[in-house]
Amino acid sequence: MQKFMPAIMITIGAICVSLWLFGMFVTAAGAGAFEVFYTIYRAAFGSWFSWQNTLVRAAPLMLTALCTALPARMGLIVIGGEGAMVAGGVMAAITGIALNGMAPMIVISAMLITSAIAGGMWIAAVGALKYYRGVNETISSLLLNYIAIAIMSFLVIGVLRDPETLNKPSSSHIGEANMIGAIGESSIHWGLGIGLIVCLILWFVMRRTTFGFAADMAGGNLRAAQISGLNVGSMLLLVCFAGGAAAGIAGMIEIAAVHGRLNVSLNSGYGYAGILVAFLARHNPVAIIPVAILLGGIQASSGLLQRSHDLPDATALVLQGIIFVVILASETLYGKPILAWFRSARTYQLTSSERLN
Amino acid sequence: MKNKKEMSEEKNMLASRRNFMKKVAMAGVAGVAAGWLPVTAQAASKVKMGFIYVGPRDDYGYNQSHFEGKSAVAQQSWVKAFDEESVPETIEVQKTMESMINLDGAQVIFPTSFGYFDPHILKVAKKYPDVMFLHCGGLWDANKHPKNVGSYFGYIDEPMYIAGIVAGLTSKTNKLGFIAAIPIPQVLRNINSFTLGARSVNSKITTNVVFTGGWANPVKEAESANSMADQGVDVLTCHVDSPKVVVETAEKRGIYSCGYHANQSVLAPNGFLTGAEWNWSKVYSDYAEMIKAKKTIPNLVRGGLKEGMVKTSPYGKAVSTKAKAAADKVKDKFMDGSMIVYQGPIKDNTGKTVIPAGKQYKQTDIWLESMNWLVEGVIGSTSS
Repeated sequence: MQKFMPAIMITIGAICVSLWLFGMFVTAAGAGAFEVFYTIYRAAFGSWFSWQNTLVRAAPLMLTALCTALPARMGLIVIGGEGAMVAGGVMAAITGIALNGMAPMIVISAMLITSAIAGGMWIAAVGALKYYRGVNETISSLLLNYIAIAIMSFLVIGVLRDPETLNKPSSSHIGEANMIGAIGESSIHWGLGIGLIVCLILWFVMRRTTFGFAADMAGGNLRAAQISGLNVGSMLLLVCFAGGAAAGIAGMIEIAAVHGRLNVSLNSGYGYAGILVAFLARHNPVAIIPVAILLGGIQASSGLLQRSHDLPDATALVLQGIIFVVILASETLYGKPILAWFRSARTYQLTSSERLN
Repeated sequence: MKNKKEMSEEKNMLASRRNFMKKVAMAGVAGVAAGWLPVTAQAASKVKMGFIYVGPRDDYGYNQSHFEGKSAVAQQSWVKAFDEESVPETIEVQKTMESMINLDGAQVIFPTSFGYFDPHILKVAKKYPDVMFLHCGGLWDANKHPKNVGSYFGYIDEPMYIAGIVAGLTSKTNKLGFIAAIPIPQVLRNINSFTLGARSVNSKITTNVVFTGGWANPVKEAESANSMADQGVDVLTCHVDSPKVVVETAEKRGIYSCGYHANQSVLAPNGFLTGAEWNWSKVYSDYAEMIKAKKTIPNLVRGGLKEGMVKTSPYGKAVSTKAKAAADKVKDKFMDGSMIVYQGPIKDNTGKTVIPAGKQYKQTDIWLESMNWLVEGVIGSTSS
C-alpha cells in the first residue's frame, strides 16, 4: 500500500487543485462555486438515477482508455481509440446483420470476437508501422481515426444502407434478440460488466505476468529489452492489438446495447475521451475504472449544470481540461523530495522503478 | 407520475436484493426531486417543456432556430422551459431526457435532432408513458410508434423556392452554388426547389452542388464555398447545420448568399439576399397552448408558409425591387395554397422525365419524401 501512496496522494492533490481552479472559473462565469460543486455531485453521484447515468457513460470510456493505456506501457502514445472503436462497431454490425436469426448467444459472441479482431488489427497496424517503418504512432493512429470514420460513412451510405432509413442513412438492424440487455432492473447495459472484466484481465496480464513485466521493461528501455533477448516487435504488436481490441469491443457494445444499427452516431468522441481517462489513470488498467467513473460523472453533470446554473455546455469540458492539465503537470512531482514527507526513507529508494507506474 | 411508478413497483415487490436497491434508488430520485423543490415550487402549475439540441445554441443555424423557438415560448409566465445543448445521438440523449423528466418534471420533451428518434426517443417514451415526446423530423407512424410520441416538421423547401427566385433574378453569372451535407431526400428537395425557383424566373440558371459528407464540416464548407466562387458562382446557399461559414465566406468573396435555418443577415450585411427559416416560436407556442388547455396533442404536425411553420428571412439591401416583387407574388400564392412546386413536366439532370406533364405532387405528398434525383439545371450527382 505504501508503494501506491505517492500516486494516490498526488492524484487526489491534483484533483483538489483542479476543483479550486474550476471554482474560480465558474465564479468568473457568474455562478456560485459551491452550488456548482453540489450540482455536479448531485447529478453524478447523488442518487441511484445519477449513478446509472454516470456508469452508463463510464462503460465505453473504460474500454477506449485501454487503447491508449496499453501501448503507453511500451512507450507508445496511441490516440486511435476512436478509429478502433468505429472499426469494431462496423465489424460488429456486419456480423450481427449476417448472423441475424441464429441463437443470440452465438451472434453476440461472434460480434464480440469480430469487433475485437477489427479493433485489434486497426491498432496493431499502428504498432507495425511504428516498429517496422518508424512511422510516428501518434500521427498514424490519429489519421487512422479519420480513415475508419470515412469507411464507416461509405458503407452506411452505400452497401450496408437499409433503404428504409431515408433521412439518416443507417444499416439494417442487428435484430432485437441480439441486443445486449440491461443489468437487472437498472438502465445500465451489460457493457459496463464487459468493461470491468476487460480492465481487470488486462491489469492482470500487464501487472502480474512475465509478459506484462517484459512489456514494461521494453517501455522503460527498449535497447536493454532487446539485449536481454526479448522479442520486442511481436510484443509491441500484441500489446497494440490488445488495446485496439478493447476499443473495438466498445464499438460492439455501442451497436449491440444502444443503437442496434450502424450509423454515424457511432462516432461520438468516446475514443478521444478515453485518451484523457488513460492519462489520468497513469496507464494503469485497474485505475482506469475509477477514473472512467469520475469522468462519466462529470459528463453526466453537464446537463444539470446547463439547466440549473445557466452555464454553457462547455463547462464540463472545461473541468475535464483543467483536471487533465493539472494531472499532467503533477507528473513532475513524482520522486521529488517534497514527497519524502509522507513516506519513509527506505521506500524513497524505490522511486526510480515507480516512475514506470 | 413518479408516485404511480413507485406504487406499481411496490406491488411487484419481491424480497430480493435487486428490488431493494431499486427502492433505494427511487427514494434517491425522489430525494433529489424534493431537493429541487424550493427552486420550482412556485412553478408547480406551469407547463414544463424540455428542449434538446445536438449542437450549440448559438450556431446561427438549426440549433439556434430551435433555441429561438424555446426562448420565445419561455417568455410566457405560465411556461417553464429548459434546454440542453450539444447532446450527442447516443445513450447520452436518453439520459438527458430521463433527467429532464425526473429532475425537472418535464411534461413534454422536444428532442430536436433527427437522429434522436430511433432508438433513443422510442426507448425512453415506452418507459415514461405520461410524458409527451415531440420529435422534429416527421417520422411518427401510428402503426409502429407509441401514442406519447409525435413529430412535427415544416416544408422548408417553400421558402427555399422563394430564395431561388431572388437568387435567379440577382445572379449576373447565372451560376448558383449549393453546399449540402449528405444526399438524403430532405436535402435533395431543398436543392431542387431552390433550383426550380431560380429557373422559373431565369431559364439560364445552373446550380452547382457539393456534398460535404457531414452536417457540421466547416473546413469543407469553406473550401467548397471558395472553389465555387472561383468557378464564377455568384449566389451561394446551403443545407448544413450551421450556414455561418458559407454565408461569411460568400461575403468575404464579395458574392451573394441566401441563408438557411435561421436569419444570417448580420453575417453578410452586403451580400445577404434572403433565406429559408424555421418558425419554431409559433410551433412551440402552439404546443404550449394545447398543453395548457389540456387538449390532445396531435401526433403529426406538418406545414409550410401558409401554416406558419416556416418563413423567409427579411430581404437584404442587395435585392432589387423587381426581385422582391417576383418573390412576393409567389409567396402570396403559397399563402393562399395555390402554389405547387412539383408539377410536371419536370426532368432530372440526366434528361429523364421524373414528373410527366399534367402530373402534380402537392407538398403533403409522401412521394416527395423519398426524393432521390436532382432536377434539370443542377450540376452534381446524388452519389457524390
